[in-house]
Amino acid sequence: MSFINLREKVVQVKVVYYGPGRCGKTTNLEFINRTYRKQIHSEMVSLKTHGDRTLFFDFLPFDMGKIKGYDIKIQLYTVPGQVKYNATRKLVLRGVDGIVFVADAMEKQREKNIRSLNQLHENLQSYKESIFKIPLVMQYNKFDLTEHGIPVLPLSVLEKDLNSRLQVPYFKASAITGYNVAATLKKIISSTVISIQKKLL
Amino acid sequence: MNYGIVSQEQLEQIDVVLSEKLIKLGVDCVIIIDMAGNIITVKDNRENKYDVYSFAALAAGNFATVDAMAKLVGEQEFSLLFHKGQDSNIHFSKIDDDLLLISMFGKEISLGFLRLNVVEVIDQIRKIWDKK
Ligand SMILES: Nc1nc2c(ncn2[C@@H]2O[C@H](COP(=O)(O)OP(=O)(O)O)[C@@H](O)[C@H]2O)c(=O)[nH]1
Ligand SMILES: [Mg+2]
Repeated sequence: MSFINLREKVVQVKVVYYGPGRCGKTTNLEFINRTYRKQIHSEMVSLKTHGDRTLFFDFLPFDMGKIKGYDIKIQLYTVPGQVKYNATRKLVLRGVDGIVFVADAMEKQREKNIRSLNQLHENLQSYKESIFKIPLVMQYNKFDLTEHGIPVLPLSVLEKDLNSRLQVPYFKASAITGYNVAATLKKIISSTVISIQKKLL
Repeated sequence: MNYGIVSQEQLEQIDVVLSEKLIKLGVDCVIIIDMAGNIITVKDNRENKYDVYSFAALAAGNFATVDAMAKLVGEQEFSLLFHKGQDSNIHFSKIDDDLLLISMFGKEISLGFLRLNVVEVIDQIRKIWDKK
């Protein structure tokens, strides 16, 4: 849950990028880190293995500026995607305010996306949160691969697999080129801030 | 307990306790965070400029990891969490299920002395919290 400091007028908001291994969560944060240097006042923290896989999380604090006189500090996290790391994935979800679900649009990843989304649902339940209530944005990543002749799932299939019940905002994206990375971020920030704003009134 | 919004008054009272009981003794920096990695308050001796947001994210992760390990080996919790360095040390202490008190201190202070004071501080913070 977000923490609101009434004295210093600071709101801290936790946004987590969730999704199967190698779908592009870390690449999203790296792009944001490169593109918005002015709004980021520290180094990106990445806890990873020698093989460059996320071991625990990536962390990137991002300053949104002021809303209603409050400084909004967005704390971006990623989870480790590998199947064996569910215990740590759960720890990162603690107190989450908004989630970007990054799906890997590659055809062969279809099952993995679905399994990962189901596990997100269960993990949120363990914190008495609901995937149907928490601010959530879908990102269908790696759409640039079509240009390289690599088969990518059609948008309609991704929507049907992952978003037919949730009905949340979604973006086709390419974290590696930056396509729709900012759009995804803006969307999750606005959804999350709207849900928190009610507390500031 | 709803710790999402803490009143200005409570924060000020907590800051006084941290200053009087820890900073005045020579503790370099005290941070209260929640388990999600949010910062509740920071007090320091004005010499240290840590990147407190990254620090809070890592500290919450570290604490949560050790806590999960304790459960795996059948412990309720590991009560002492302490990292010792050449010049600075870090001590973690749980205030309650949601909050963590982190103290950073140098060679001048002994761990035993720090722990004694931390226990007192936590006791006072709980009282301030419960007033809501
Ligand atoms: N073609 C393509 N590759 C990507 C994209 N996003 C990430 N990747 C690659 O996929 C691999 C895994 O990315 P990473 O961000 O580490 O995935 P994570 O496990 O979700 O953090 C890396 O080799 C990235 O370069 C994308 O949009 N398009
Ligand atoms: Mg990663």
